[in-house]
This record gives sequence, C-alpha cells and structure tokens, in this order.
Amino acid sequence: MSGRCYDLIVIGAGIIGASCADAAAAEGLRVAMVEPGPIGGGATAAAMGHLVAMDDDPAELALARYSLQQWESFAELPEAEFSRCGTLWVARNEAEARVIPTRIARLAAADVEAHAIDAQNLYELEPSLAPGLHGGLLVPREAVVYPPRMARYLVQRAQSHGAVLFAGRTAKQLGRGTATLDDGTQLSGPVLVATGCALPALLPQLPMRARKGHLVITERYPDVLHHQLLELGYADSAHGDADSSVAFNVQPRPTGQILIGSSREFSATDAAVSPAMVQRMLARAFEFMPVLRDLQALRTWTGFRPTTPDGRPYLGAVPGEAEQWVAAGHEGLGVTTALGSAGLMLDLILGRTPAIDPAPYAPSRAVI
Amino acid sequence: MTGHRMNVIHVDGQRVEVPAGASVAAAIAQVTILFRRSVTGEARAPLCGMGVCFECRVTIDGVAHVRSCMTPVLHGMQVQTDAGAAP
Repeated sequence: MSGRCYDLIVIGAGIIGASCADAAAAEGLRVAMVEPGPIGGGATAAAMGHLVAMDDDPAELALARYSLQQWESFAELPEAEFSRCGTLWVARNEAEARVIPTRIARLAAADVEAHAIDAQNLYELEPSLAPGLHGGLLVPREAVVYPPRMARYLVQRAQSHGAVLFAGRTAKQLGRGTATLDDGTQLSGPVLVATGCALPALLPQLPMRARKGHLVITERYPDVLHHQLLELGYADSAHGDADSSVAFNVQPRPTGQILIGSSREFSATDAAVSPAMVQRMLARAFEFMPVLRDLQALRTWTGFRPTTPDGRPYLGAVPGEAEQWVAAGHEGLGVTTALGSAGLMLDLILGRTPAIDPAPYAPSRAVI
Repeated sequence: MTGHRMNVIHVDGQRVEVPAGASVAAAIAQVTILFRRSVTGEARAPLCGMGVCFECRVTIDGVAHVRSCMTPVLHGMQVQTDAGAAP
C-alpha cells in the first residue's frame, strides 16, 4: 500500500487528462495516470477535433487563444493528423451577416486572423454550398486534428518522461492527497480529476450534465468540401440552453471523408443513435449543402459533452479540499482548449502566475 | 453463351460484354482485379462477393462507392475503378 507516491495523480486519460499528464511529466513531476477504459475513449473519441476559437465568451476565447498557440507545435506531428482546412462561418442572409464585423474585431483582439467573405468568394471557396447564401466569415488558420490518437500520443509521451499509467483501473475514492483504486491500490500525492462527464462520481459537489451529440461520417469524397463549415447561428445552438438543437457543422477529414454534425440534447441519457435526431441534423446540413444528400454515410455515433452550468470548464482547486484539483467540463471545446487548460493547471498546481486569468474557470463558482 | 442476352458496359473506358444478370464485379474482373484503393493506397478487390466487405466499391455512372458485387449490369453502364489512380 505504501511506496506509490507521486507529485500528481491524474484521473482520466481523455484529451484533458492526457494533456495535463503530459505537461506535468514534461515539468519533471512524478505522474500517475488512472484510466478505466481506452485512452481518449470518452468524449475525446466522439469529438470532431475542430480547433476553433469561439469568441462569444471572452474567457473561453482567452483559453482558446492560449491553447491554439500550443496546438501549433503539433502541426507537423503525424499522430495529430493536423489539417489546416480553416473555418468558414456561413451567413444565409444579411441579418446573420451583421455579427461578422463584431466577430472579426473580437478575434483580431485575440490575434486570430479572420476575414469577411462575400457571396462570390463564398462559392469560390465552397462551390457545393446551396445557392442563395449571403456570405461568411473565414478563419483561415484554424485546423482539425484526430483527438483520440492525440490523447494516446500525449499519454505515451508522458510515459516516456516517467509517468505511470494505471490502465483498466478506476479511482473509487479520493482522500487528502490520496486516491484509492478499485483493486485496492492506494496512490498518494496531489490528485487532478479530469473525468469529464464522470466527474460527479468523484466530485459530486461540482454540477455536470452530459450533453449528447450525434455525428455522421461519410465515405471518401475528396473535393466536395474544403473548409470546416458552420452556420453563423452555431453559437446559438452550442451555447443556448434549449433542450435539443441542431446546427450545420461539417468537416473535411484529411482522408476525403466528411464529418457531419451537429446535435445537442440535454435530456437524452442513453448512448443509442436517435434516428429522429440524425434526421433533423441531416436535414439542417442538406439545407446548406444539398450535395450531401447524394453521399453515402459510413457510420453514425453519439457522444456526451461534459457541460457545466455556465458552459465554462472547471479549472483549479477543488473548493474545500486540500491537494485536489479539477480540469473538467469543457463541453464541445475540450480538444481546442485541452493544451491551454493543462498549462493553466500546471501553473496553478506549481504556484506560478498563470499565463491567463484563471478566475473565470475557478471551480468555487459552481459548488452546489 | 447461346441463349443469353449480352450487355455491353465500359470499365475504365474498356468495352466489356457480359450476359444479362451478371454483376458489375464480374464484368470488372475481365478488365482488372484492382477495384479500389484503400485510404493508404493499397490495392483492393472483392473478398466476400455478397455485399458485406465493401472491397468491390467502384464508381458507376458517376456515383461513387457503389458495391459492384451487388449491382447487376445494365446496358451502357460506365464504370470507373481505381486501377488507373495513383497509389
């Protein structure tokens, strides 16, 4: 029972836990990782892997900016499958396009390059879009990655720096600087909980809801789609509180396959594919891109986004506990903000001044 | 082949004559065994012949990813395999 002393015990090896473990091991900390399932097998595996700066919340934008800078160091890494397709936000009409100057200004303030696109330019960039659209907003430097493979890479890199992986093990109980695993193993050291939707099992005082999503992937159709496309109303779906919503959100994979999203549901708790929801999601996609109707889908799956009441992740000390930290609740932006979250967590854990203001993410804001 | 009506289709531009009722896969096999290339560029050919393995997919009359083993020939079909595509 003794002798298992670590400088940091990271619970959960999704993209968030993997990023934290990697960052900690790179700092020379003795790191343990605990993961009951496959590496990156939860929300990470279900995710689209779009690296995107959402600018409607200044705190979320600051975290995204900080994180996106770090993602650049993986742009050439084969395991990341990094593809700089850019993001093209599509406006159907003048009313939707009205937000574009504001968004460009907010992104520019965060050093994110973005341009307004007129209708002619829109169809030059994406000839398969439905006729009659108004224009858009192009964010040319944004990219997509393959999240579960990236999580595995980060875990392996942490291991190469001495981190120990307790694979197939579940953390059952946390104490003051201890974690007890399901096989009775006791680990001692500060604990960082990065278990996403499973957070309530260990930290029930921090509210977390699972927001279900569906994705469809097609066969390979190179040349149909070139940019990650989203409707400009996407943030209304993503950050609204409706019980269920869909938004046009499609992505060209480097293989030529097309990922089609997105849906959001709070009340759906089972992981089964809902044909009605898929139909609604695809109908939305076909409105913007009718050519998608003619393509063959290969697979449809679901995933659950770990969602906090205010949509911001919990990053910081667990309130009222010593030597317990939490990094969870990134909802649909966990891949984008994983690396920045890890940087912020390490600064907090090591008592350094963080690169960005940690206050908006302080878990104390949400304690039940 | 007396008694069988013959259909003419084109596979990668090559004229192929097969009995009515034959599958497109059977017609392609007269021209090439390379039906498609995998995502990493490997040559692929039908394995199951019954619509399960998806290794026989080709482009038929402009529609990509059609399972040739499940598709009966129709006179005048234009079939495109990956045989001419670079690996």
